[in-house]
Amino acid sequence: MWEYDQQMKLKIGLAEMLKGGVIMDVTNAEQAKIAEDAGACSVMALERVPADIRKEGGVARMASIRVIKEIMKAVTIPVMAKARIGHFAEAQVLENVGVDYIDESEVLTPADEEHHIHKWPYKAPFVCGARNLGEALRRIGEGAAMIRTKGEAGSGNIVEAVRHMRAITSEMRLLTTLREEELMAKAKELGAPFDLVKWVSQNGKLPVPNFSAGGIATPADASLVMQLGAEAVFVGSGIFKSSDPAKRAKAIVRATTHYNEPAIVAECSEELGEAMRGLDVAKMDPKEMLQTRGW
Amino acid sequence: MGSKKEKVIGILAVQGDFAMHAAMLDRIGVPWKLVKHVEDFEGIDALILPGGETTTMLKFLTERKLADAIKAFANDNKPVFGTCAGAILMAKEVLNPEQERLGLMDISVERNAYGRQIDSSVQQGECPEVSDEPIEMVFIRAPIIRRVGKEVKVLGRSQGLPVLVEQGKLLAATFHPELTGDETIHRYFLEKTKDC
Repeated sequence: MWEYDQQMKLKIGLAEMLKGGVIMDVTNAEQAKIAEDAGACSVMALERVPADIRKEGGVARMASIRVIKEIMKAVTIPVMAKARIGHFAEAQVLENVGVDYIDESEVLTPADEEHHIHKWPYKAPFVCGARNLGEALRRIGEGAAMIRTKGEAGSGNIVEAVRHMRAITSEMRLLTTLREEELMAKAKELGAPFDLVKWVSQNGKLPVPNFSAGGIATPADASLVMQLGAEAVFVGSGIFKSSDPAKRAKAIVRATTHYNEPAIVAECSEELGEAMRGLDVAKMDPKEMLQTRGW
Repeated sequence: MGSKKEKVIGILAVQGDFAMHAAMLDRIGVPWKLVKHVEDFEGIDALILPGGETTTMLKFLTERKLADAIKAFANDNKPVFGTCAGAILMAKEVLNPEQERLGLMDISVERNAYGRQIDSSVQQGECPEVSDEPIEMVFIRAPIIRRVGKEVKVLGRSQGLPVLVEQGKLLAATFHPELTGDETIHRYFLEKTKDC
């Protein structure tokens, strides 16, 4: 059965503290302050929001250390930052700077097309994206203390976030119905560590918090993924690509807390100004999809 | 008074690890109810303020009159227990930086006083009046209680610092008993509901 050490307890513990909250992408200290004032429970520092990465192309790397430090100084909430998939040197740098959570993220250009970072030895906790249960359990096996469904970052389209959350929760439900001798074949099929498959089959949930990301642009989007089983939400381009970021940020925070109260979600949705312009994922060239990065 | 009715514990659920407190109360076998609105105070006998981010919680507390409801509840001599962020909310004075608070307890609390997440730690602390054994204490970006008023009793210490304090029916911990399997601190709090 899957067990973990005290360090992992602290890593998962911080993720527990973020539950029911909104983690917002920010590119500078000023945006971080707006996010904190709106009620964000954490901010994610990155060089460009995913919508701009998508538009401008080029190699997307870890954010500037100077900017990350300015953000850490500007707010009292936990600060996360993204490292490229497999780029353990970026992760070492982020840990050294004192970042509270490292996102090994498909939004940045991968540094390794076979291996993810071995996350156990770090004192800093890691969050990783996943599209299905196998991917989630591989990341947890590598030491991730939080999973976020990938969705399609920078699209402003919730369809992929929904697909991934449904995939993970229904695969977990299925696992709880299997007999003991069926678990090894299932672990082989999922490409996931057997101990973790067994853990999920007995508990019906992931052993680490499960958040949602990638395409959340409105209060109703946040309510939707929370009702589908997300325990908190990441909002990337959705806030600072909208017409009134502070107002929208506040509305999404409130809708996340009251996700199962339609009257309040309705109130949050009123007079918000324009949401970010979204992309039709179905018409997207598969090569342009960020979610397929990660192995 | 003296009624045999089962006591119901409210858990503030605007943001944070309220579900971990609920899981703890389930293990002990005590009914609980999530509190998100002023109306949710109806029918609860005690209140838990969980861990999480105080800046986020304060948005909900100040804008929707929840803060007034919590203060009235505490003034009515009902038991309130805050862990980490919850302890910060309960303090009379908050440092690093100064911020709004409920001011229920005569303590001064410094936020993020141990440092960032990489400075978080698990310690064995002593609470001699609560338990003969050392208690596992999980500190996550934890605050430090810098001053305790005359009415406040220090029940627990870790690394020489007060980490569990009590003032009448109020209890505050800078660590997270809800993240461990140890029910001691929650059971101690539940004792406070016996005569109310």
